[in-house]
Amino acid sequence: MQPIPTIGVLALQGDYESHARALEQVNAQPKMVRTAAELEQVDGLIIPGGESTTFLKLLEREGLFAPLEEFARTRPTFGTCAGCILLAKRVTHPEQQSLGALDATVERNAYGRQIDSQIVTGATSLPGGPLEMVFIRAPRLIELGSGVEVLATRDGSPVLVRQKNILAATFHPELSHSDSSSESDSPDDLERNPDRRVHRYFAQMVRDALPESGEGKSSAQRDPIRQSR
Amino acid sequence: MANHQNNGNANPESGHGLRLKVGLAEMLKGGVIMDVINAEQAEIAEKAGAVAVMALERVPAQIRAEGGVARMASPAIIKEIMATVSIPVMAKCRIGHFAEAQVLQELGVDFIDESEVLTPADELHHVNKHAFKTPFVCGARDLGEALRRIAEGAAMIRTKGEAGTGDVVHAVKHLRQIVKDMRQLTVMSEEELFAAAKDHRAPYELIRMVAKAGKLPVPNFSAGGIATPADAALVRQLGAEAVFVGSGIFMSDSTHLASIEEATSRARAIVRATTFFDDPKVLAETSAECTGAMKGLAIAGMDAATMMQTRGW
Repeated sequence: MQPIPTIGVLALQGDYESHARALEQVNAQPKMVRTAAELEQVDGLIIPGGESTTFLKLLEREGLFAPLEEFARTRPTFGTCAGCILLAKRVTHPEQQSLGALDATVERNAYGRQIDSQIVTGATSLPGGPLEMVFIRAPRLIELGSGVEVLATRDGSPVLVRQKNILAATFHPELSHSDSSSESDSPDDLERNPDRRVHRYFAQMVRDALPESGEGKSSAQRDPIRQSR
Repeated sequence: MANHQNNGNANPESGHGLRLKVGLAEMLKGGVIMDVINAEQAEIAEKAGAVAVMALERVPAQIRAEGGVARMASPAIIKEIMATVSIPVMAKCRIGHFAEAQVLQELGVDFIDESEVLTPADELHHVNKHAFKTPFVCGARDLGEALRRIAEGAAMIRTKGEAGTGDVVHAVKHLRQIVKDMRQLTVMSEEELFAAAKDHRAPYELIRMVAKAGKLPVPNFSAGGIATPADAALVRQLGAEAVFVGSGIFMSDSTHLASIEEATSRARAIVRATTFFDDPKVLAETSAECTGAMKGLAIAGMDAATMMQTRGW
């Protein structure tokens, strides 16, 4: 059986609950992270969509910025939309502070305002063919370092990238559907046919980074003291 | 063409992508949306950690004190605020005033609040929100009202409370009512659900969805009288997924602005309390950080005719 990693979701603000649901669907144990102590208990971390300026203010106020910077240096970390902005080394439109874990320049609100938000199907190297991608007031990756691998594109531009332990998406994989062709504009269709390929990919990154263990369990599960904190 | 764009719809002309609209509402969860009347206030709100601002000409407390017809804010103010901050900008249109909504969509605001705080423009009809690409938020006092708005295309619901009072009692009342109405549906039989749709004056399909999920199909936020960090934590613990703060940040009473220092301290404290709503230790800290709260107006002593919450059908 595959080990079940504990994957944190930064829960200061944003759509952290959508990510937690997605993680459950790919056989990972989600854990909400709002403090440095909670960050120590997870095998990997998702920084969700939301407002990057709000994230930054709260990270600074809670003294969580430095621990998160340290975590993202070596541990599996996945940022979507606002999370991608936080991970990038350089941020423009406007310039702002970031964790600097991904060798890239990202431009905020690069496609325009909400009226310009779009659902687009684009090419991906993940198995299973083209990927539906939900862009909401999305940023754009405008420069990538040479060590950054492109996993999906929109009109030829990178939108899902990986650099070692870092995965970043300018769209919202937590909201992707596998087949939306028969959907109407009804609330009934909001959570139908989720496409979990990107979360599955990240859960595997986290599993691959788990320390070797005969038990096949995650670090949080192996250590009862850490778990009970 | 490698990419095709469908806005979440098989036929892009048939609607405007509820998924994109609800998607933005999802991104605002756990945050604070602040009423602002100029670029300076918008900047203070953004720096304090607001997830969005609501651009207004007058905040509800001022509208209440000054009287007169309250309309959509002037495009000049909205544009100035949009040019100043990088976070989403919302604006209000009058109930049923689809032409004001058209103007707001044209200006490019990120969310439209069809709001009882403004003087209603139609005594029977709300805006057909499916006809817009811009998402809408609407107020509700009970589940039926929330579902009628969702049927019209709202992508987010907020409690009405009683705006501009700084008294949280009706935000609590409306939130508790909606949560109770939803919980009751979850234990009902099929036959009872048909009857419930009639009682709530809401479409059966939406009643059935709530009965199955135990929650609204769109995010459920709270508004109307939230003035302190503890107020924000209270409505969050009662089930609100995010918080609107209107007059509570920038007003000292119905007619006077609070000082910039005081407004900043309130804004920062309410943002922190909204995130750590279930941590009493942080709530005690934020309550101490916050210098003063707006004087407010107790709802119990108000004439029912002056209430804004009864607007909406």
